[in-house]
Amino acid sequence: MTLLEIKDLTQLFSGLCAVSELNLSLGESELIGLIGPNGAGKTTVFNLASGFYQPTHGEIIFQGRNLAGLKPHQVSALGIARTFQNIRLWKEMSVLDNILVAQHFQLGYGLGGLFFRTPRYLKRERDIRHKALELLEIFKIDKFADEKPGNLPYGMQRKVEIVRALSSGPKLLLLDEPAAGLQSTDVTELITLIQWVYDQFNLSIWMIEHQMKVVMSLCSRIAVIDFGRLIASGTPSEIQNSPEVIKAYLGDDQL
Amino acid sequence: MKRFSVPILLVVLLTTLMGLAWFEVIDLYIQTIVLFMGINIITSTSLNLVNGNMGEFSCGHAGFIAVGAYVSSILSVALFTKSRAFGAPLLPPELAAYGFPLVLIIGGLAAALTGLLVALPSFRTRDDYLAIITIAANYIIISTIINIDTIGGARGFMGMKRVIFAMEKCAEIPWMILWVFIFMVISVIIIRRYMSSTYGKGVEAIRQDEVAAEIMSVNTNRIKLVTFMISSGLAGVAGGLYAHTVGYVNPKSFDLLKSTEALVMVYLGGMGSISGSIIAAVVFTLMLELLRPLQIIKWVAIPLLLIIIMQFRPEGIMGHRELSDIFPRLKKFYKFK
Amino acid sequence: MFDTLLQNILNALQWGSFYSLIALGYTLVYGVLRLINFAHGDIVMVGAYIAFFISSLLLGQYGMPAFLPGWAVLALTIPLTMALTSVVGVTLERIAYRPLRRKGANRLYVVITALMAGLILENGNLLVLGASRKKFPELIEKVVYKFGSTYVTNLKIGVILTAILSFIGLHFIITRTKVGMAMRAISYDKFAVPLMGIPIDTVIVFTFVLGSSMAGLAGILFALSYPILDPYMGMSIGWKAFIAAVVGGIGDIRGAFAGGFILGIIEISVVAVFPSSYRDLIAFSILLLILTIRPTGLFGVAQTTKI
Ligand SMILES: Nc1ncnc2c1ncn2[C@@H]1O[C@H](COP(=O)(O)OP(=O)(O)OP(=O)(O)O)[C@@H](O)[C@H]1O
Ligand SMILES: [Mg+2]
Repeated sequence: MTLLEIKDLTQLFSGLCAVSELNLSLGESELIGLIGPNGAGKTTVFNLASGFYQPTHGEIIFQGRNLAGLKPHQVSALGIARTFQNIRLWKEMSVLDNILVAQHFQLGYGLGGLFFRTPRYLKRERDIRHKALELLEIFKIDKFADEKPGNLPYGMQRKVEIVRALSSGPKLLLLDEPAAGLQSTDVTELITLIQWVYDQFNLSIWMIEHQMKVVMSLCSRIAVIDFGRLIASGTPSEIQNSPEVIKAYLGDDQL
Repeated sequence: MKRFSVPILLVVLLTTLMGLAWFEVIDLYIQTIVLFMGINIITSTSLNLVNGNMGEFSCGHAGFIAVGAYVSSILSVALFTKSRAFGAPLLPPELAAYGFPLVLIIGGLAAALTGLLVALPSFRTRDDYLAIITIAANYIIISTIINIDTIGGARGFMGMKRVIFAMEKCAEIPWMILWVFIFMVISVIIIRRYMSSTYGKGVEAIRQDEVAAEIMSVNTNRIKLVTFMISSGLAGVAGGLYAHTVGYVNPKSFDLLKSTEALVMVYLGGMGSISGSIIAAVVFTLMLELLRPLQIIKWVAIPLLLIIIMQFRPEGIMGHRELSDIFPRLKKFYKFK
Repeated sequence: MFDTLLQNILNALQWGSFYSLIALGYTLVYGVLRLINFAHGDIVMVGAYIAFFISSLLLGQYGMPAFLPGWAVLALTIPLTMALTSVVGVTLERIAYRPLRRKGANRLYVVITALMAGLILENGNLLVLGASRKKFPELIEKVVYKFGSTYVTNLKIGVILTAILSFIGLHFIITRTKVGMAMRAISYDKFAVPLMGIPIDTVIVFTFVLGSSMAGLAGILFALSYPILDPYMGMSIGWKAFIAAVVGGIGDIRGAFAGGFILGIIEISVVAVFPSSYRDLIAFSILLLILTIRPTGLFGVAQTTKI
């Protein structure tokens, strides 16, 4: 079963072609990678997939549904969650509140219920809170629940961001350079974490990562883009030996 | 204990105030100051919702106050009193005491609708561009009122004192103290419940990182719409109360100077702090009255004082905290978050 | 018909000049500090009063022997007023804004401080000078030129030309001088500037000098055209000029210049067609519409959020 299908995806930024006629598909319960040199257009692909940009051309189909015209909050309600290259937690909210707000699409009460504190409202708030705390516990960060994210070490913030993305119960998790800025011991931990999430949560993961160690050890398949164009795709070992990829990373003159 | 401490305190406060007024221990002048405090609390807490919690910079709050003031005044005067503009009362004046809260609410709803004037542009723009839109909206509202002659135009509109007299026919109690108190409490409850719900936390998320909020499933446009409308609606209620306290409204009393006063209260109290806004409203109202004998010097002294205060507390009295964060013992008596 | 049209165009350009000069000050400070200097309108008022006192002094009002003809008085008043108004603007920055910035206060606290400073200027003026309005002396003889049946005063032409020349001068400073380029650099990137060898505070002071001297100039021109001065004269015109700056695209001096003229043109056209009490209503509705369609103003570029 394909979960996500990208067809002829093109994104222009006032002349600059950030993504160009990209075709790619992602199955259910797959863990694949997206790599490419700096400025290749990787983040832009994620931005398109999360509805932040509307593509200039082409379409993105998620679970048989075209994402065209949907706003990011609608896309996330459909089951695509993501993290950001530069951590974007809400810095002045507690870790717990960060997790709570990410469930906005499934609050299940209206303003009337909110103002009159109806039993349904109270129950839903309790449930949401309960679920968030449970999740924090699973990831062993419940002791930070009332802490502001800014007070946590960098690696921990990355982890909170992943938990926040997971809290909406996504079918597809997009990770944008989760290992960026981590020390090497933390990277090893992160690899275990992602593998564990993948095993436990019944979802697909698509990750952008510069550190080869991470992608090579996790992904069953890797797509490589350069200048917005797909230049190679295959298993980690195929990618490692592909002349196209080596050329893109090292430049022509190196060969 | 925790459940009842605040309601009991409020009831005691209200009965004391009404008793003092009824036995004429506090004269009309002091009563008016107390009323202004209550009204200013609604004004500041409601603006705080948009400026403090959502992080927009709305500078035209007085426009919404004006809409509420005019709509409720016109309604109450037309419904319950004989007036030159609208002739005989449409309803028996004895109903004034029951009809008044409804009239206030309608004024609030009208103001909430005007809130769309700034809520809709806020979808596409924020920061200082939105500040301008709110200033322009303030101008537009005032200018519209000036150009409607049936409601007095630039001359203003009066007759609301007669509504109070009509209420007093029903029972001889200090009605305005009752209404201001009730609506102040309701406003604060509405804002508090809103901001402590997960839904309302989306407002904070928008301030801190709007892009992340939208991508993490927060319907930012809808939240902005709702928040602006709650804020302007409550401002409208404050306007209705103000109009009936003073007994007379004039477009000029709702110009940018009035909006500035609202801004001052919010930032003096501390952005995003409900207790801060309440404290600031009380302090500011008192400051205005205590310095009244200084006459024109007052309008130099107050801004100067505020500048000095801000130099010492550049995050307002409370910062982004609530009273119960500063005095954790208070949590025994009431729950804030 | 044609004559009234021409007359209206001239009036629109005259008011546009006032708004533009004031909007330029707003936009300069905003570009560098991201601060809406809400006291700016009142700086214009201060400028008008400074011009009043200087010219009265030179005309022999306060015991000084009057030895200069009107045009020479004007020629002296303009630079002196601009200089003194700059001093007021810079003082404000030094004693009110800078300490707050240093403390890392939220920038909106600086904006509120600016609002308060404006109130102090207005009411302080009333307190010191009393409620009697001042009549600005007529420094140059009014010459009326007649084209067909359109009357044009030398003053009106002078105002419009001054505004245009100031803009050109300002544009030159911003694009060609080192400190001007530093100003632009700050508005792009706060950290790049020390590298250029100019301390940030110098650039900020220079910005306030430029902005306030424009305000002083606007004050003189306004007082010459509408010679009754009162302490609140800067308030409404200041707010409006700020709106003009934003409609142009705040932070860009071309935007401020164009925005000022657009506001002038809109206002005069509205008054030409509707009763004048509709001026604010319609003019602001139009501005609101412009901002709704182009949320970043005419010259403003949409900020791209990079994620
Ligand atoms: N909103 C935007 N407006 C204009 N250009 C953009 C925008 N977003 C990205 N770009 C440009 O598109 C290209 C691709 O950017 P993108 O962020 O997708 O690269 P990337 O592969 O994620 O690179 P990195 O490894 O550095 O994160 C870059 O040249 C970038 O400058
Ligand atoms: Mg990237």
